[in-house]
Amino acid sequence: MSDESGLSRRSFLSRLGAVGVATVAPAVAQPVSAAPVALLDAPAPEAIENAVPVSLKVNGKVLDLKIDPRTSLLDCLRETASLTGTKKGCDHGQCGACTVHVNGRRVNSCLSLALMHEGDEITTIEGLGTPENMHPMQASFVEHDGYQCGYCTSGQIMSAVALLKEPCGPADADVKELMSGNICRCGAYPNIVAAIQAVRHTA
Amino acid sequence: MELFKFTKATGIPQAVQMAAMSKTAQQGADVRFIAGGTTLLDLMKLNVEVPTQLVDINGLALDKVERLPDGRLRIGALVRNSDLAHSAEVQKDYAVLSQALLSGASAQLRNMATTGGNLLQRTRCMYFRNDALPCNKREPGTGCPAIEGDNRTLAIFGTSSDCIATNPSDMNIALVALEATVQVQGPKGEREVPIGEFHLLPGKTPHRENVLEPGDLVTSVTLPAAKAGAKQTYLKLRDRASYEFALASTAIVVELHGGKISYVRVALGGVGTKPWRSHEAEHALMGKAADAKNFRAAAEAALHGAKPQSENGFKVELAKRCIVHALTVATQQA
Repeated sequence: MSDESGLSRRSFLSRLGAVGVATVAPAVAQPVSAAPVALLDAPAPEAIENAVPVSLKVNGKVLDLKIDPRTSLLDCLRETASLTGTKKGCDHGQCGACTVHVNGRRVNSCLSLALMHEGDEITTIEGLGTPENMHPMQASFVEHDGYQCGYCTSGQIMSAVALLKEPCGPADADVKELMSGNICRCGAYPNIVAAIQAVRHTA
Repeated sequence: MELFKFTKATGIPQAVQMAAMSKTAQQGADVRFIAGGTTLLDLMKLNVEVPTQLVDINGLALDKVERLPDGRLRIGALVRNSDLAHSAEVQKDYAVLSQALLSGASAQLRNMATTGGNLLQRTRCMYFRNDALPCNKREPGTGCPAIEGDNRTLAIFGTSSDCIATNPSDMNIALVALEATVQVQGPKGEREVPIGEFHLLPGKTPHRENVLEPGDLVTSVTLPAAKAGAKQTYLKLRDRASYEFALASTAIVVELHGGKISYVRVALGGVGTKPWRSHEAEHALMGKAADAKNFRAAAEAALHGAKPQSENGFKVELAKRCIVHALTVATQQA
């Protein structure tokens, strides 16, 4: 997700919006020192009406946040905690793009309230590996070209990592069945199954 | 989504007391328990459910699968679908339940969805789920456009002139075949409801889907002691191979003595406004040999009373073949 300048696509787009059209060229040309993305595009906690405090443990770090009680775990991770690796697809538990781990088990973060997860261990794609030190499943997705546009990929990988610890038969068909909650509109399914099977065979 | 108050229940009496303030426990309830959230939050995002108070029951100690001294199996209301499906007790003695659970939803949803929530799962009827359209179940008295409209996936059993919505649960179909009992804690105490009496036919009141009253909390589901030698299977037919609701499904529990059927329970999914037990099929099978001719006769008997809608006539033959194949698979097991 990061290029050599250390800019993520999201932080680049945010800065593009913030600096305006006149300075587009310099913004592209010059690396920008890292600044929290949240400062640029998330409302300050004081701005949220009816906000309630919530303490979440995400990727090993405790985050003390203030959120609207309606906030899904997905929106909380993306908009409040600025962990945008988890994607919003259908927002109704039908596509799997929002898959994260709660206490080691995969769940649809869109169909859960953030308030229901105090005390839980939440893991997102950001907690799985880094570009320099990828989780074996991330490396296998790269090696097997398990994506095209990449939008569903973090959900696919979170699902695939959880699958490694679940009861699952040895066949490709068994993997397909247990991955059916993750939709890929590009249709990268054969490569996704190959990536998962490669990790299972070396595990 | 409308704003609501969120409270974590610290005990069953407190949860019951809070929910007892609701004007109804049915469609439109202002107080809702939330467990897995997979149905409720989905419907709240659609403005189909608009509670003003959520009571989070995840902290209640209702998450155990326990063998009772008399051999029954008690399943806590908060046991997740995945845990129940993979429970050693269920896999050994109630395979039909494990199969039904694993045929439903996705791995992620099964990790979230609970036994109590699945029992109360709401219909997938598109008119119910779209608050811009009339629906007697969502808004009593507004009419049922499904009857003349998009009804390919809807019910052929238990329908009324007010509602033809299908109960979508796979788990419920297995619970009917296993003759489960539902334990309910309410403001007046505890009571038990046989699964066959838990869900209501739509009739003139499709917004009433079950017997629950304000304050009632489903605490567990109990299965009778396992029948030694009973063969079980769940067969689900659908538009996709995985992650799709049933067009027709069949749960079978059957026992054979001397080549004849001595005990059988037949429950049908995807075709009824409530989880559908076919006494007709059971009656046709009792004392008969387990062969293709008798299975087909049972399927004919089961579907005799079916009332197909304008787009789902195909379900009649589909359900018959589903019954025949499920009986074949079940009785051929070692």
